[in-house]
Amino acid sequence: MLVSEREQLRANIERQIQDYGNNRSALIPVLQEVQLKYGHVSEYVMQVVADILNIHPVEIYGVASFYSFIGHKQKGRFIIRLCRTISCDMQGKDRVARQLENDLGIRFGETTPDGNFTLEWANCLGMCDQGPAMLVNERIYTQVTPDSVHDILEECRKVFGVHTLQEKEMLCELPTQAK
Amino acid sequence: MRTADTSKMTFSKIDPGVGLKKALGMTPDKIIGLVSDSGLKGRGGAGFPTDLKWKLAANVEDDLKYVVCNADEGEPGTFKDRVILTSFSDLMFDGMTIGARAIGAAKGIVYLRGEYTYLRSFLENKLSKRRRDGLLGRNIMDTEGFDFDITIRMGAGAYICGEETALIESLEGQRGEPRNRPPFPVNTGFMGHPTIVNNVETFTWISCIATKGAKWFNDIGTEKSTGLKLFSVSGDCKKHGVFEFPMGITLKELLEKVEGTDAKAVQVGGASGRCVPARDFDRTLAYEDIPTGGSIIVIGQNRDMLLVAKNFMEFFVDESCGQCTPCREGNVKLLEGIDLLLQGQCSMHYLRELCSLGESMQMASKCGLGQTSPNAFLSIVENFKDEIMGRTESV
Ligand code: SF4
Ligand code: FES
Repeated sequence: MLVSEREQLRANIERQIQDYGNNRSALIPVLQEVQLKYGHVSEYVMQVVADILNIHPVEIYGVASFYSFIGHKQKGRFIIRLCRTISCDMQGKDRVARQLENDLGIRFGETTPDGNFTLEWANCLGMCDQGPAMLVNERIYTQVTPDSVHDILEECRKVFGVHTLQEKEMLCELPTQAK
Repeated sequence: MRTADTSKMTFSKIDPGVGLKKALGMTPDKIIGLVSDSGLKGRGGAGFPTDLKWKLAANVEDDLKYVVCNADEGEPGTFKDRVILTSFSDLMFDGMTIGARAIGAAKGIVYLRGEYTYLRSFLENKLSKRRRDGLLGRNIMDTEGFDFDITIRMGAGAYICGEETALIESLEGQRGEPRNRPPFPVNTGFMGHPTIVNNVETFTWISCIATKGAKWFNDIGTEKSTGLKLFSVSGDCKKHGVFEFPMGITLKELLEKVEGTDAKAVQVGGASGRCVPARDFDRTLAYEDIPTGGSIIVIGQNRDMLLVAKNFMEFFVDESCGQCTPCREGNVKLLEGIDLLLQGQCSMHYLRELCSLGESMQMASKCGLGQTSPNAFLSIVENFKDEIMGRTESV
């Protein structure tokens, strides 16, 4: 990362923490914004946040590693999370899982070499009446069938691929909390 | 259509704002009295009397109090809150506002699960509209001196944050590890201030009760479990979706409505609930019999009960916060035991040991997760021993 980018990142984080009231309770929302924007929470970010909140970086790491939607490793542009809990299991999530692995050429827990897709398991997504369900980033897909997997992946590549790429590369302002 | 239709629910017949208006015409004491008369208990599943929670928070002197709406439903098989959030959020916000008036809170927080991030902007827009309409902000509905506003905070993929003290830890920027209780959130909640944490559905019923009166609600259901309840139905039945039934309905009646009468068992209450075999289908869904947050998973004749148990145990191994030993280690042991059973290599002696481990976990775990995680295993062992012992085929 360039120095100027780092400075900008720091300034953004500082402002965000202010917006959330300049105390510890700002921590998770700020980590979430960073996660959304950059796809992961780097060690550098943890240090900056620790600095501003005046706590030890290990504390930040402890919090970040607790939550499955916050990660300290760079993941794919699209994080696919297939529900593995009971209702989706009963509605055939295993076959969907197999097809995802086949079409992406990776296993669960891995990221494609081009950095586009990460495949993960999720627990109940609250769509049990319409399983198998999966999240692609924040978007929910229901009644996924093995043969619809291909179309969903294509949709990612085409439709909102461009959008996500732009967001990530522009390093634009972090959105602030709605008042 | 497979998914049940929301127009049949009471919520769709209640106009937002009406109950709130009525409640704001009452004193805080009267509001709590109304909730008390209705007999409403927490719809998240624990069944704590709502009026009592509110009364405790109302009685604490503090300039700052909080109303927290627990929208972190993560119990496998539960999705009723999703339907409320999408179709009836104004009733829910009304309910939170009534709660704020009752306990004297100025701030509200909706803790929305990370998996529902796609609902966030929709809900933010609703909140903005409420501010414009004078339903949030200063002197709400021209009630002198009543100021209240609501913000949304996102969860980040941790089931345990549905536990109210873990939820508060998470709001405070900590790992979502449950606290020792007491003290309870009604005394020292968010940032040390008195806080009521109620489920999405509980707040929504509050609006209905304020609209239609306590007696209407109290006349439905059983003596100890009053009113109506939403059930999330999935699994091996023809009709999936969210259904509204009176409390105290038997499983048999419920299965008839959702066309799943030939089920072998029903998992009531999700992974942390219990597995009820067909011979017990005349039991009732009520706090005094089988309590539930509303998750109903119908299990058909051809399902392997051991695989059902395995799926639940994997869930708990994954979601245990790891803070206390019975839960952190116990769930792993039970999962290993299920694998032994699957391979047909578990002696009756060892199975008994596993069951007594499960019972110890129920008693010794620090929070609800560890206290309930052995339930499914224990009830499956109890009711389907014949099916799970002495297996010859490896799966
Ligand atoms: S019972 Fe489990 S989830 Fe609850 S505090 Fe202990 S380890 Fe954490
Ligand atoms: S079990 Fe998959 S969404 Fe609930």
